[in-house]
Amino acid sequence: MLSKNQARTFFLGGTVVFFLIFLGLSWHTLAREVPKQTNAQNLTESVIRGKEIFDKNNCMGCHTIMGEGAYYAPELTKAYERKGEAYLKTVLTVKEPWAPRGRKMVAYAMSDQDANDVIAFLKWVGEADLNGFPPKPDLQSKVPVPAK
Amino acid sequence: MKYKSQQIAWWFFALSGVLLLLQITYGFIMAFAHLGYDGLHDLIPFNAATATHKNLLVVWILSGFMGAAYFIIPDEAEHELISVPLAKLQFWSLAIVGVVAVIGFHLNWWEGRKFLEIPRPLDYLVVVNVLLFLYIIIMTLWKGKKRTTTSLVLTMGLLFAALLYLPGMIWFDNQTMDSFFRWWVVHLWVEGVWELIMGGILAYLLIKLTGVDREVIEKWLYVIVGLTFISGILGTGHHYYYIGTPKYWLMIGGIFSAMEPLAFLGMALFALAMYRKGEKRHPNQIALNWTLGTAIISFVGAGLLGVAHTLPAVNMYTHGTFVTAMHGHLAFWGAYGMLVLGMITYATPLMTGRKLYTAPGASYAFWLSNIGMIGMTTAFAAAGVTQVYLERKVGMDFIDTQQAMEVHFLVLIAAATLFTVGIVMFVLNFFKYGKPTDEALERA
Ligand code: HEM
Ligand code: HEM
Ligand SMILES: [Fe+2]
Repeated sequence: MLSKNQARTFFLGGTVVFFLIFLGLSWHTLAREVPKQTNAQNLTESVIRGKEIFDKNNCMGCHTIMGEGAYYAPELTKAYERKGEAYLKTVLTVKEPWAPRGRKMVAYAMSDQDANDVIAFLKWVGEADLNGFPPKPDLQSKVPVPAK
Repeated sequence: MKYKSQQIAWWFFALSGVLLLLQITYGFIMAFAHLGYDGLHDLIPFNAATATHKNLLVVWILSGFMGAAYFIIPDEAEHELISVPLAKLQFWSLAIVGVVAVIGFHLNWWEGRKFLEIPRPLDYLVVVNVLLFLYIIIMTLWKGKKRTTTSLVLTMGLLFAALLYLPGMIWFDNQTMDSFFRWWVVHLWVEGVWELIMGGILAYLLIKLTGVDREVIEKWLYVIVGLTFISGILGTGHHYYYIGTPKYWLMIGGIFSAMEPLAFLGMALFALAMYRKGEKRHPNQIALNWTLGTAIISFVGAGLLGVAHTLPAVNMYTHGTFVTAMHGHLAFWGAYGMLVLGMITYATPLMTGRKLYTAPGASYAFWLSNIGMIGMTTAFAAAGVTQVYLERKVGMDFIDTQQAMEVHFLVLIAAATLFTVGIVMFVLNFFKYGKPTDEALERA
């Protein structure tokens, strides 16, 4: 039977080995792959400021981005592509509380420049290669279309 | 109870109970908002409610862990805590930082990083607070007569948890890198070092409640925490599928995270086997309920419901939906919520010298909260599956999908009400015991 000493070696050895592998892979991911997959060369000052504004207002507290956040408001990864610049600009700069189809968003009343920065950030996020996320609806074509 | 300084744990347990009640209140605010009743929006917008709900969760669990450590370490090390005034200082600074953070969330003072919303200046205070806590624990262990495996595993878990918080404080311009390190905190906590804390507390409770030989229990403790790290460290990859990180994580994350339930299965089998083997009938049976309960429900909530959406092909569709919320609730409740409540149930009679554990309230608290939480999990599951199919698979619009899900939030609120009744009874019962007294000290 396994002794307590062997059990301890299993724990310490396993931890060290797998942690080192994890560190190596993390380094490879961050130094080599992420800059390519996320187009790090496009991280302009405007995009970075946009991220800061996104962060400071806790937009992730209602929305998800890259699939992370809360589930009260729509996924934003492809918001730029889906809604377009003009729509996003209106949403961010509007001064009156607004509720698209019943669900309220905070009225941020952003300045023109702040709104442009956030939009630049969303555009950058939308261009990143997320290995296929968000998925294309794969059952859509199977929904029968009723005859008119 | 043998050591007077163990009494400090009571304060941390009291804080835990109060913050849990407050956390639940914000849960209701969000559940009603999902139903369409968002009257509080101007005062407490949804993002303030979420940030409060998630952070209070983390703080009440951590407060419970700290209380548990202050109770367990003197007992295991056979030495009083090195300084009770320092521990008191640490308690009050924790409570104050917590209150300031929650008020800040309502005033738009935060960082938009799920679970880590506490703003940077407060992060530094948290670090100082935790360093003080670790200093007290580690010095007590150092000066103590004994260094048992149970106390070492517990302390190692607490120390690593503190270290992992640090990379989460670095600012990155790149959202992907930001998220990459957020998981070093969130994932490597709950599916890594917190399991050491869980294993340590569970082993302590089993030793006390079943009377099984320490050597046997501690040997299996090593095996379980070994399985935790072997699967859980590379298992972090299940958060690196779709955030701008390379494809090899799909394979690595998938394989290793699919093995993570083994550690939770290990805890469940371990607890049940020790329970069967034990000859001692400890009078505090309700603490045993919580102890076995945490081992079993953590396997269901973290192990089974975790593995349900951990494979890349499934996660592609469930990532960031209510399927995640379903798993998040039962996993946190089963593994860490029940563990803390179990520790409180075991320690309170010993600290106060009163034996209220046969009071019917204690038993109702256990059953109502658990039945309620299982109901809530079911409601979240129904909402999540609906969302995945309508929005992700069929391509329905966001708001249309949300409206189709509303009925599940009605069920959620009903189940959450049961859960809340259970928790209110638990907290009332805790305060009925009164404060710790010196009369409860065992004379050596
Ligand atoms: C006690 C242990 C656990 C707790 C407390 C827990 C809790 C959570 C929470 C709160 C989230 C959401 C995190 C966020 O979006 O920021 C999450 C996500 C996730 N968990 Fe766990 N978990 C545990 C164990 C596990 C295990 C053992 C597995 C797999 C076998 C697992 C699989 C997942 C997956 C795949 C996600 C990502 C969901 C998504 O893509 O949206 N979890 N977990
Ligand atoms: C009355 C009880 C509760 C209710 C009504 C409730 C409701 C909710 C709601 C509506 C959300 C937000 C989902 C969204 O982003 O839209 C949420 C998030 C969350 N709650 Fe609760 N909750 C309750 C108790 C608890 C308890 C006791 C725990 C832990 C033990 C917990 C852990 C969490 C976690 C981890 C999340 C984040 C989940 C994720 O984003 O995947 N909640 N809760
Ligand atoms: Fe994870």
